[in-house]
Amino acid sequence: MIFVVFTEGALFAYLLFSYYYLAVQPHTPGSFPEGGPPEFTLAAPNTIILLLSSAAVAWAQFGIEHGSKWRLVWGLGAGTLLGIVFLAVQYFEWAEKKFSLPSSTYSALYFVVTGFHMAHVLLGVLMLAALTLWSALGYFNRFRYAHVHIGALYWHFVDVVWLAVFFTFYVTPHLGLSA
Amino acid sequence: MSASEYERTPGIGDSVRHPEIGERLKRLWESEPGLRGWLTTVDHKKIGLRYIVTAFAFLVIGGIEALIFRLQLSWPNRHVLTPEQYDQLFSTHGMTMIFLYALPILSGFSNYLWPLVLGARDMALPRLNALSYWIYLFSGIFLYAAFIAGFGPNDGWFNYVPYAARAFNGGPNIDFYSLGMVLFGMSTTVGAINFVVTFLRMRAPGMSINRVPMITWGTVTANAGNLFAVPSVSLAFFMLWLDRNAGTHFFDVPGGGQPLLWQHLFWMFGHPWVYAIVLPAMGMVSEALPVFCRRPLVGYTAVALATVATMVLGFGVWVHHMFATGLPPIALSFFSAASIIIVVPSAVGVFAWIATIWLGKPVFATPFLFFAGFILLFTMGGVSGYMTGSLPVDWQLTDTYFVVAHLHYVLIGINVFPVVGATYYWFPKFTGKLMDERLGRWNFWTMFLGFNLGFFPMHVSGLLGMPRRIYTYADGMGWDWLNLITTVGGFVFATGVLLFLINVVISHRRGRPAGDNPWDSPSLEWATTSPPPPYNFAVIPTVASRYPLWEDRMPRSVRESATEAGLVLDHGREAVGTGPLDAQPDIILKMPSDTIVPFVLALMLTVLFVGLVLHWWWLAVLGLLGTGAAALVWLWPRAELGETAEAKSG
Repeated sequence: MIFVVFTEGALFAYLLFSYYYLAVQPHTPGSFPEGGPPEFTLAAPNTIILLLSSAAVAWAQFGIEHGSKWRLVWGLGAGTLLGIVFLAVQYFEWAEKKFSLPSSTYSALYFVVTGFHMAHVLLGVLMLAALTLWSALGYFNRFRYAHVHIGALYWHFVDVVWLAVFFTFYVTPHLGLSA
Repeated sequence: MSASEYERTPGIGDSVRHPEIGERLKRLWESEPGLRGWLTTVDHKKIGLRYIVTAFAFLVIGGIEALIFRLQLSWPNRHVLTPEQYDQLFSTHGMTMIFLYALPILSGFSNYLWPLVLGARDMALPRLNALSYWIYLFSGIFLYAAFIAGFGPNDGWFNYVPYAARAFNGGPNIDFYSLGMVLFGMSTTVGAINFVVTFLRMRAPGMSINRVPMITWGTVTANAGNLFAVPSVSLAFFMLWLDRNAGTHFFDVPGGGQPLLWQHLFWMFGHPWVYAIVLPAMGMVSEALPVFCRRPLVGYTAVALATVATMVLGFGVWVHHMFATGLPPIALSFFSAASIIIVVPSAVGVFAWIATIWLGKPVFATPFLFFAGFILLFTMGGVSGYMTGSLPVDWQLTDTYFVVAHLHYVLIGINVFPVVGATYYWFPKFTGKLMDERLGRWNFWTMFLGFNLGFFPMHVSGLLGMPRRIYTYADGMGWDWLNLITTVGGFVFATGVLLFLINVVISHRRGRPAGDNPWDSPSLEWATTSPPPPYNFAVIPTVASRYPLWEDRMPRSVRESATEAGLVLDHGREAVGTGPLDAQPDIILKMPSDTIVPFVLALMLTVLFVGLVLHWWWLAVLGLLGTGAAALVWLWPRAELGETAEAKSG
């Protein structure tokens, strides 16, 4: 899974390269980001939600390492739920946008990059849901929990990538990268 | 459930004195006969041979395409093909050779050989191995289905926008190419993961990092590179598909996009890919050439380090494909310098091979001829590459036949010649029979002379200004005779390839029996039978030097490797996991048994892509759900793999 993380990390590196490459091309004023820099209103709390879900999953991991099955189930379950909340908030943020996918280069970048991230979150949520189920069925104990470790690694990766996406889309326009 | 149940000291056995060990392992590891076994097998040897056969089939198809358009180009103003047919043929030829042949053939050899040279029972992730093959096969069928329906790619294999944009290319051609390449990229990625993990985890006890066979250095480096390169092209093709189907503006200027983004993303992948499809072949030569020089490779460490250095530098030279696009001079200077510096690690191998021949006692068997021919062609292709690394030369030669000559010297010289040589060398291991030596010499000289007759004149036609990718040309340009010679050379070369295939078929039917180690080679694959049993080794070998089977002629102090006695591991399908540096054994790995799931997953993934390309969204959803369901079944924790709490001691 660590190599999946490497190759997926490379994928996001290329996505963000595309963003920066297109961001520094000449644009008509006000079109990059389209409608001005995106608001922090939903995205900032949502970032915290995602980080909390990572913390919950880590709490579950440390739990099973010490043989605590209830921490495993509840930690994974909480991580799953927080992941779903993140997806719901992202959906509202998408719905609020005044532009759509074909509007401009910026809109394409916004929806495709965050869309790629949401797809990864969705995949992560499905993994966590399966792990929660398997944990509740008592499949894992303090010696056998490789699945948990592997799934959690992916989930932490998805969260770290969000920080890069968040910085790129929400912070850099305030640092001068806008037209 | 106590911890002790997971701990077991594996038995040590002697496979010569106790042949029943092999009998027991055979029952555990053998695939079922019939169609079911054929679809479910995860045996790396079967998967490897499938890769090799499929890739050679694509080589033949791509070669026939080339012969057809060489007929068109053999003389000015010919009309064998229409311009559109010509465009599709040369694009499909490039796609076939570069994607569907060049890497898969090397993956095939590596898949077959890796566990054998590493002294392992299988690859680290056998099911992933099967998945990688099935996706490769289905993506090849996907791309060729479009070609047969008349919708092959028609914008060259690197598919530049704006020609590839919807406005200039209205048919579904590029949609098939784009999605087919994303699918193919998945096959490459999962295969690459498998090679890297196997390299780090599956080496025989004692095979420390400075003792691994040279063939693995090339493949592991190439595949580690692929992990970082492939996402770039998959993303580019996906964005292009969105531009064409969802109205996004990544690459079109009126919408605020930038066509050069395509070129950057493509070549950030494309140049590392060039190294990915030559480094494993160079590794095969480093592995097999010394056997025919009757001495170890000169400069093992230097060659291994140079392999890795070439790949790393290979990520920093992509702009040399874009010298003529008007980028700032500072960027061009940097990439020109990097492209020239990369010659240094690339040349380390050449000097090591020459020194090995020089200091050894060469045996001029057919594999040796191919490897020696490869060194010459690689040098020529390297020099023409070095020339175009220089900006002024590149500006003169870009998009001419000089570049076509260069890339064929590189790809045929460094990929096809070593691969054919490697087939002569390892065919006895694959089949238990030797290939015909007399036909082999005819095969080599026909290919070698035909290749140079065909491709060397392209340098000249390029210098005379003939652009690549034109479907015909006027007479009186001074290119006529050169093109005729090229076409004749192409047909001679193809005859050479035909002789090779004839030799394979004849030798497979009635070749001389090979025995376990016909070439008196030093590496572990020759310690087992030809062909090897399903479990490869009855007991896990222990390795104490770089050349385990040559220890009997080395100083007494290094005679320590053992192939007849070692770990037995026969409680189900088992392998030993070793540490990444010193290869000290640290775990018994429970290996999965045969399963249909990789086949189903690959099929469902293909259904998803068929749905996307045809805009049959219900089919795409079906494929997606099927893929998810197959993944869930695949990953469901299993006691027999030691994944769940109730696992019994293995």
